[in-house]
Amino acid sequence: MAAHLAKRLIGSRSSQILGTVNSSSGSATSVARAFCSSSTTPITATLFPGDGIGPEIAESVKKVFTTAGVPINWEEHYVSTEIDPRTQSFLTWESLESVRRNKVGLKGPMATPIGKGHRSLNLTLRKELNLYANVRPCYSLPGYKTRYDDVNLITIRENTEGEYSGLEHQVVRGVVESLKIITRQASLRVAEYAFHYAKTHGRERVSAIHKANIMQKTDGLFLKCCREVAEKYPEITYEEVVIDNCCMMLVKNPALFDVLVMPNLYGDIISDLCAGLVGGLGLTPSCNIGEDGVALAEAVHGSAPDIAGKNLANPTALLLSGVMMLRHLKLNEQAEQIHKAIINTIAEGKYRTADLGGSSTTTDFTKAICDHL
Amino acid sequence: MSRRSLTLLKNLTRNTNTSCNQTRSVTYMPRPGDGSPRAVTLIPGDGIGPLVTNAVEQVMEAMHAPIYFEKYDVHGEMSRVPAEVMESIRKNKVCLKGGLKTPVGGGVSSLNVQLRKELDLFASLVNCFNLPGLPTRHENVDIVVIRENTEGEYAGLEHEVVPGVVESLKVITKFCSERIAKYAFEYAYLNNRKKVTAVHKANIMKLADGLFLESCREVAKKYPGITYNEIIVDNCCMQLVAKPEQFDVMVTPNLYGNLVANTAAGIAGGTGVMPGGNVGADHAVFEQGASAGNVGKDKIVRENKANPVALLLSSAMMLRHLQFPSFADRLETAVKRVISEGKCRTKDLGGQSTTQQVVDAVIANLE
Repeated sequence: MAAHLAKRLIGSRSSQILGTVNSSSGSATSVARAFCSSSTTPITATLFPGDGIGPEIAESVKKVFTTAGVPINWEEHYVSTEIDPRTQSFLTWESLESVRRNKVGLKGPMATPIGKGHRSLNLTLRKELNLYANVRPCYSLPGYKTRYDDVNLITIRENTEGEYSGLEHQVVRGVVESLKIITRQASLRVAEYAFHYAKTHGRERVSAIHKANIMQKTDGLFLKCCREVAEKYPEITYEEVVIDNCCMMLVKNPALFDVLVMPNLYGDIISDLCAGLVGGLGLTPSCNIGEDGVALAEAVHGSAPDIAGKNLANPTALLLSGVMMLRHLKLNEQAEQIHKAIINTIAEGKYRTADLGGSSTTTDFTKAICDHL
Repeated sequence: MSRRSLTLLKNLTRNTNTSCNQTRSVTYMPRPGDGSPRAVTLIPGDGIGPLVTNAVEQVMEAMHAPIYFEKYDVHGEMSRVPAEVMESIRKNKVCLKGGLKTPVGGGVSSLNVQLRKELDLFASLVNCFNLPGLPTRHENVDIVVIRENTEGEYAGLEHEVVPGVVESLKVITKFCSERIAKYAFEYAYLNNRKKVTAVHKANIMKLADGLFLESCREVAKKYPGITYNEIIVDNCCMQLVAKPEQFDVMVTPNLYGNLVANTAAGIAGGTGVMPGGNVGADHAVFEQGASAGNVGKDKIVRENKANPVALLLSSAMMLRHLQFPSFADRLETAVKRVISEGKCRTKDLGGQSTTQQVVDAVIANLE
């Protein structure tokens, strides 16, 4: 009888989880993993430490995660020094396969080596893994004072098309054309993800950013798709904001915004603007979502070769991205724990790395976070 | 007797204050006939447009400025700017306008863009600066954004390839990029500005923005006294929010210019106070600087709380363009004094006054 009760409980749990997992990422394996995670079966995740300060901050993340008892086994992959002919870039086929298999990954900063005949590393990852949405939460860190104290917004940016299709050509000498492409499929995909994210994270408002008064057909199509998806989520308020209005409102009063969804170019600019509002790229987490529930969290700052190896780097961005990854895996208690520890350490102000105005080393900062757990 | 000496002292200090505010003494020699009244086309526009253009008319009358307005009614829903308006602008060569509301997603192309393309107003200028007395989060802001106004992403060439896939063309030509770069450097040179920054995204759009950058670099060589550097647009927005004092003059293609101008206007005090205009080889149209909030919300229209400062400062720019510098100086000093006193401010600056109150305060402060 106990087994029967247990089976009924398990059945209701899985239906609950099925209900919250998005239809687009509702593959059986992710549901099973999400359910299994509560029973501490270790999850394998791919880790790309990256270059420059990458390895140090990756160490930091591993230490914090082990101290917090997060059931993750890291599979580390490094960028090789030769071009892999199967991927046409410095990322090997094995690395990409590993991400496809594990469905989650964490990526440190990668410096694209200058040269010819290969694709940029970010472009490779994006195209091969079909990462269609870039999610960047921006919130003011209490204790680190910037000019803005009440920022709490998420920017969701369409990552595959738009102005960054790379289709340009010279018509005649001195005249260049560049194509901006918007498709219904990609816009629907990212709008679905945006509303699903808003719902699962308890957000109340989604704003679509556009310039449809000038680019009527392209941004008009994007808006139409957003409106369609908005109808399916009546409890979430939906609004549309023209991008120049949005820029102005963001710098005057960022508390007006909640979740922002936008096409590629605007997303690039606005997400960097929001990162600037809260303190720069060194503190901003980010996560790329792909088809089939693939999630690759990454730190968007550069590899800072000038402080590499000196134990001075700030691991906050990679740590917060790791927290985003945990939330995607539904390991919410550990995510909350680590998140709180990071916030408290920065708020206390005793252990801060050089870029935040303090003088601690990476290892001290990491230790302080572990102590806070 | 002591009371009289007090007022005498007060008068003395006020006079020295005003002479400190005026940074230029008027020594230009007009040609005979320069003082005869000039005609300026006036387009009130939609939304808050009629309110703020009315404000300008009142102030111009109070100053007895040698201009008279030819008013034309244009609304954003019209499919084209009426021919008589274009005639008038071509004749007068100068126009002052309020915002024209473009319906979102509808089939009407923006009248603002149409006006700029037909008159070939290739440069759009927005001057974003901290007004003394107006508290903002950023200090030491004094940025001029010069934006290419005719091509780029606003070419308006869109089509549906198959159902569900839409393409939009972004066109960059060497001719227009060179033109705007030349204008930007000339502006910097004539206005004693030290640095010109080109804003681009050439790491992704290599050919298009690459062509823009090439043109800027060529022109930069001819102005050795002016520092030139380049910045990617997302980094630029981040730097604007973090350290705006590093920017001086910024030259950008069309879309980035829109974003950068509105961001810069926002950090310096809001689009309600930033002057600007569109300039071409033969014509000039002056309007509120940054385009956000040009038309305003209905509530502001009903309560008459629109901010006329931006259009007043733009009309000061217009007076300088028409070569009436002392009227321009008087107007600017009056407006800046009203703002710094802080008693009459509209809602977007944190006050409660109506448009009319601000206008009356400005007229009272005119010498």
